[in-house]
Amino acid sequence: MKGVVGLLLALVAMVFSVAGHAAPLRWASDAEANVPFVFHDPADQSRLTGYEYEIAQAIARRLGRPALFVQNDWDGLIPGLQRGLYDMVIDGIEITPEHEQGVLFSRPYYMTTERITVRRDQQGLDTLAALHGHVVGTLKDTTAERMLQADPSIRIRAYEEETNAYTDLKNGRLDAVLLDGTIALYYGSPDPDLKLVGEPIGQVAYGVAFAQGNTALRDQVNAALDGMMRDGELHRILARWKLWTPAMAALTGDATTPDIAPDAWDHYRAATAPATGWRARFDRYVSFLPLLLHGAVLTFAVSACAMVLAVGLGLALALMRRYGPRWLGALATLYVEIVRGTPLLIQILFIFYALPGIGLRLSPFVAGVLALGMNYAAYEAENYRAGLQSVARGQIEAAIALNMTHFQALRFVVVPQAVRMVIPVMTNDFISLLKDSSLVSVITLTELSQTYVRLSSTYYDYFGTGLLIGVAYLLLGLPFVRLARMAEARFHTGRQRRGHI
Amino acid sequence: MARGELVSIIGPSGCGKSTFLRCLNFLEIPDSGMVEIAGVTITRTGGRWTRQEEDAAHRLRAHVGMVFQSFNLFPHRTVLDNVMLAPVQVKRVPAEAARAEALALLDKVGLSAMAARYPDTLSGGQQQRAAIARALAMRPDVMLYDEPTSALDPELAEEVLSVMRTLDDEGMTQLVVTHDMRFARAASDRVVFMDGGEIVEADDPDRLFVDPQDPRTRKFLRSVL
Repeated sequence: MKGVVGLLLALVAMVFSVAGHAAPLRWASDAEANVPFVFHDPADQSRLTGYEYEIAQAIARRLGRPALFVQNDWDGLIPGLQRGLYDMVIDGIEITPEHEQGVLFSRPYYMTTERITVRRDQQGLDTLAALHGHVVGTLKDTTAERMLQADPSIRIRAYEEETNAYTDLKNGRLDAVLLDGTIALYYGSPDPDLKLVGEPIGQVAYGVAFAQGNTALRDQVNAALDGMMRDGELHRILARWKLWTPAMAALTGDATTPDIAPDAWDHYRAATAPATGWRARFDRYVSFLPLLLHGAVLTFAVSACAMVLAVGLGLALALMRRYGPRWLGALATLYVEIVRGTPLLIQILFIFYALPGIGLRLSPFVAGVLALGMNYAAYEAENYRAGLQSVARGQIEAAIALNMTHFQALRFVVVPQAVRMVIPVMTNDFISLLKDSSLVSVITLTELSQTYVRLSSTYYDYFGTGLLIGVAYLLLGLPFVRLARMAEARFHTGRQRRGHI
Repeated sequence: MARGELVSIIGPSGCGKSTFLRCLNFLEIPDSGMVEIAGVTITRTGGRWTRQEEDAAHRLRAHVGMVFQSFNLFPHRTVLDNVMLAPVQVKRVPAEAARAEALALLDKVGLSAMAARYPDTLSGGQQQRAAIARALAMRPDVMLYDEPTSALDPELAEEVLSVMRTLDDEGMTQLVVTHDMRFARAASDRVVFMDGGEIVEADDPDRLFVDPQDPRTRKFLRSVL
């Protein structure tokens, strides 16, 4: 469980910025569907691997600091760097003028080219010019995408995950995929339905990214990379992954061809070979269980905490709107309108990445719970308000006539009845919250949905893993449905017997 | 009103009977005037309802029980809990003592068998009797009834009225807004006729029903009798 422990350590480190002599070198990457850069070993999902993982380890060793991996979503990698969640990012980030405006780059540690991948039965789409007028997939915001944009007749489909591009190619939604040689080698070439065609196109350089101004670390890393190129460590790593290219030889001035077995490549090929027979398939699914369990626990914890927050805050907001002084009610209304009128995804990102700007640093878990809880509180508040309104005026009058205070009338008479009315709606909300909790994956939490992305893209198995994850969500939701039924039955004792006078 | 009296308020719909009654325990806040019940006096001369006035109303309500046309029992609690709730939460009566008294009151209104039931499972007459027991549990000096039988069939209404007669015999002070002229005439010590938001005349029932002094009273009685 090294990967999981590492992740937890990383989270802890994020909360209490670890300081000291050999402060860990915190480096981030998106290890979901990211072969061969940084990914979870298909043979052992709790172990991280990848040629960039090995490069990061080598850099840290040369700097004399322990490497601490931080998982983050691709889109969050650079914002996280700017937020100071980690010291550097290594994730096949291309050194381009656009990127250089946002971050500081090391010298290139890898050079590759673009490659065209097509279905095995296709003919002739083997040059950039031949793609004229076709539907071509690539990754968002890459050199490959810019190459395709040069020909306006090409209909570009820009993806976030390379696996999705290759899957769409196989499914016939795309005529071709243009992507970096590294990706094409690992995702395109092993697939029996696909083939790489034509000559390598153009050139791409990957660099380590640092926050603007962090030249001190950049210089140290550059020195480490120089050393790795001089003494052949980089060559050995890349050769083991079958990634040594002529461009790398040109970059490093290393023309040797040492006899290094591509064992990392072989290991990956063997582990991801399609499981044949139901026995092998079953074994593979069983090996997913620890990862699934981990995702399920996180999903459950985030959802349950968020629900508690949503119910408490929602009730307070509803009472403020219905019974509070006018200014307080207006404030509550404003809150509800703002929260309901903006997307949950934006709220999560805002709370996690923007609030540190005003000195509020939250751990990903707390930020996730807060964002989900505060979002759902707005919806719960509206439910409760409707519930409160549905309690007859006479009920409060009866309570006041019995000499209860307004607070007692709410506490003993109105709120219990309102809760009873809104329980069915609340059940729905809670189940949808459980599902919306998948959005917290954007702030580095690997819950169930993220586990699906990781597993399915590693094995190209969207179907089986999809069913597994679906079952996991259903099992998680079941207790809430049961709980709600029980509560409903308890509260409705009177109503159910209506008519049996 | 004298202690132990049963006074009925009659009059055409919309004449302000219920509003008048609800002003007595400040469910409605009167603009001006004076209410005195069991030694608590509240005088209003317009203006905002203040915290002090609400406190005074709280003291006053301790002496006043109220029964509504639509019963207003708490549907999420059993009949017994309905009766016990206010004594336990408002007067801090120990639960056991409150339970014993509640059961005694339910017995008195003929509902001891219904203690564990929920209000919705009771007939209208039973619900209204439970509501009376609930009001009595606070040991009021005065009971206010806002058309207690208007929502009930005649035979169910009779159950409720007989409870009110029993209370009258025991010396309870009761003020009843009603459309039931037979009850008003037979059970009341005095009858008040209201019209257009004011008291037109108040008299012994036999005199008021037989020989009303005001033409408006005569006109009303002709239309309902």
